Amino acid sequence: MTVAHSGEAVHHEPQSFISKYIFSKDHKVIALQYMLTGVVVAVISGLLAMWIRLQLAWPGANYPVLEKLFPDGMGGGVMKPEFYISLVTMHGTLMVFFVISPVLLGAFGNYLIPLQIGARDMAFPFLNMLSYWVFFLATIIMLSSFFLEGGAAAAGWTSYPPLSAVKQAIPGSEMGQTFWLLAMALFIVSFTMGGLNYFATIVNMRAKGMTYMRMPMTVWSLFLATIIGLLSFPPLTAAAILLLFDRHGGTSFYLPAGLFFGNQVLPHQGGTPLLWQHLFWFLGHPEVYVLILPALGIAFDVLAPFIRKPIFGYRIVVYSFFTIGFLGMVVWGHHMFVSGMNPWLGEFFSVGTLLITIPSALIGVSLLASLWGASIRFTTPMLFALGLIAFFGLGGFGGIFLGTATSDIYLHDTYFVVGHFHFMIGGVTLLGMFAGTYYWFPKMFGRMMNETLGKIHFWSTLIPFYCVFLTQHFLGFGGMPRRYYAFNDFQYLDPIRDINVFVTICSFVLGTAQLLFLYNFFVSIIAGAKAERNPWKATTLEWTAPSPPPHGNWGAEPPVVHRWAYEYNVEGASEDFVLQTAPASKAPVTA
Amino acid sequence: MNEWKGSGEGRFFAVVMWLVPIGAVALGMRHWLPSMVSEHGAGVDRMLHYLLVATGGLLVISHLVFGYFLWRFSASPKPTFRLPSKSSERKWSLMPIIAMLFIAEGGVLVLGLPVWAKLYGAPPPDTAVIEVTAEQFAWNVRYPGADGKFGRTSSQLITLSNPLGMDRDDSIARDDIVLTNEIIVPVNKAVQIRLRGKDVLHSFFLPHHRIKQDVVPGMTIDTWFVPTETGIFELACAELCGLGHYQMRGIVRVVSEDEYRQFFSEQPPFL
Repeated sequence: MTVAHSGEAVHHEPQSFISKYIFSKDHKVIALQYMLTGVVVAVISGLLAMWIRLQLAWPGANYPVLEKLFPDGMGGGVMKPEFYISLVTMHGTLMVFFVISPVLLGAFGNYLIPLQIGARDMAFPFLNMLSYWVFFLATIIMLSSFFLEGGAAAAGWTSYPPLSAVKQAIPGSEMGQTFWLLAMALFIVSFTMGGLNYFATIVNMRAKGMTYMRMPMTVWSLFLATIIGLLSFPPLTAAAILLLFDRHGGTSFYLPAGLFFGNQVLPHQGGTPLLWQHLFWFLGHPEVYVLILPALGIAFDVLAPFIRKPIFGYRIVVYSFFTIGFLGMVVWGHHMFVSGMNPWLGEFFSVGTLLITIPSALIGVSLLASLWGASIRFTTPMLFALGLIAFFGLGGFGGIFLGTATSDIYLHDTYFVVGHFHFMIGGVTLLGMFAGTYYWFPKMFGRMMNETLGKIHFWSTLIPFYCVFLTQHFLGFGGMPRRYYAFNDFQYLDPIRDINVFVTICSFVLGTAQLLFLYNFFVSIIAGAKAERNPWKATTLEWTAPSPPPHGNWGAEPPVVHRWAYEYNVEGASEDFVLQTAPASKAPVTA
Repeated sequence: MNEWKGSGEGRFFAVVMWLVPIGAVALGMRHWLPSMVSEHGAGVDRMLHYLLVATGGLLVISHLVFGYFLWRFSASPKPTFRLPSKSSERKWSLMPIIAMLFIAEGGVLVLGLPVWAKLYGAPPPDTAVIEVTAEQFAWNVRYPGADGKFGRTSSQLITLSNPLGMDRDDSIARDDIVLTNEIIVPVNKAVQIRLRGKDVLHSFFLPHHRIKQDVVPGMTIDTWFVPTETGIFELACAELCGLGHYQMRGIVRVVSEDEYRQFFSEQPPFL
């Protein structure tokens, strides 16, 4: 049993407003800073999505109002193609790196790791603060790129060179792309600081008795996500610096000889665009698991109190997380089956990718099997956790089409891909974030969110989500390519083009439904019903602290752990749940 | 906050979850794929149809089970089951392992690999080679002419009227034939497409022929296929290449052997 003592050096509680709420070193404040930043960017990025959908349903339509807002991109009231591509690029980049990452890892990671392992704070509070402010700087740089000459980056969220390397290739590749690269590099710096902190905290700061196999699933998932991120993200920093050199220093890391732009031959030679693709996806694919794992971990932890029994397959899920972490690092090439990479290497990546279906299926089956024999309570967080199970299934099955090299030939870069990743990295993570927010909101703010609004929010998210993204899978079957400004030029798309109107209408319902959440969230902070310490009757350590927990989380005595995280319905216990801090003399220890 | 409140919501959720696979299957039964007109395309379609049926089956089963659990276990005020034994946990875990090995890995190795191997293997010996050079936002198509050889090109020689930068001093280049946004190929004969790029990435996507291959500047990438039906088919760009990406359209005209020969006897050489 390796149990370290939680840091007893209690930090003094900060007194001034600035040290308490702005440059705070308290993990809970930093968590809320991440969450708030994520919510603001989510609103912006969601609006970009609505704008994209507007164009796809009614290409070339005239919107005089929007011209006033964006005179460059909407000249004459009609969206310009280069602006459309900027929107697509920024929507993807912002959602993946500046919404889902900061909320799932930055906010839930920071909030829950110390509280669930029984620590008073992170191992390195200053580093934690620095991580947030570097992230904040990255966010500002990324968002400000919209107002540059040429507009924001427009080479897709994958930023493949030469499109992203050569200024003449597209307007967004003027300063917009440089800002994109700087912001991404800073994001990775921030993630590395945060990640090291999470890792050190989980390894060293667990409360007495909190062995690894007693940790809640959320902590396990964040632990693995952090390790994956720490190993896979830094290569993109190097890649981004090389691309900056290509753009501004005249080097040729990604640029071969003979490139011809604007009536002249560029003086580059010796580089290859494929190098970027390898480096990008070396980050890009593990990033998917960095985001999916915490969502799954949250799903298990939200599930448990609302089934009133232990989750199924704790050990198997932990091993599956490890397996996914390892396999996820060596399958990036499945994004490159038709890139010109050696096709036999492609087949290796295909076989490796489909191995991931095994741990993924084990996780899915464990989520499902947890319901067996349960007494299900349909609270709002539970609804989102259950929806997540369904999305994880559908998204996972879609992944098999793309992981199989032979079918990917046809489906690559079609709307099938768009539908697939919106179910996984969009849907599973979105529902995970909502489940987590509704579930831990009482802990965070000492108040409850409104259940009725929450349930309406759930159903008005789930159903249009299927309509939008399941439909997109089939548009992909029809061969509809992604990142197209309009589909009018191709006859083979005639039979399916108008389905975009349906998709757009559903996406507007989906977008509008999120207003319910925003309203519920902000009003409940001020006016929600007061929450008790443990409103869901859950077992993990965060529920033993006051709501919201004070600086240092617990009073004089930090918690001591006597059992694993899922002691529900224990025979011989006085209630149907037993807190992790309850000694064996009070209730039998069953796992 | 967390009391059992009856089974109403569980039943509603269950019904929604049963409707999902019904909707998915109804959509999946529709004919989405464009008509298929190439030899290896049959293999790609077989792969797609296999996956539709196999994962569709999994989708139906998993949602039936999910809905059943929601229906049944929302009705219990108290849990009726707690922890499985380690052996039953392992037993139940074996099921998804076997299912996934069989469905996913089996699919890729048994159905996928042979198609992949053929497509990326060498084309038949007498295959005609057509060079396609992509640029923002057009497809330059070059035939080697009567001598069967492509002339020298250099990006230094590119002008508006010589988009490929063909070398006028090279005798081999003289009979090369150049077309824009149009590829003419004979039916039922293998054609090899030699892909080159001038500026950014593009992707050579023939939806009807189930061909997609990225074009990478600095690399020469070959792909080949056998068209099986005559007619006019579209060529789309499938890799983001700039503001005209969505308009980068070409056509592939598949004609009979005779028409093919006649067409080229009428074409003037480029230089």
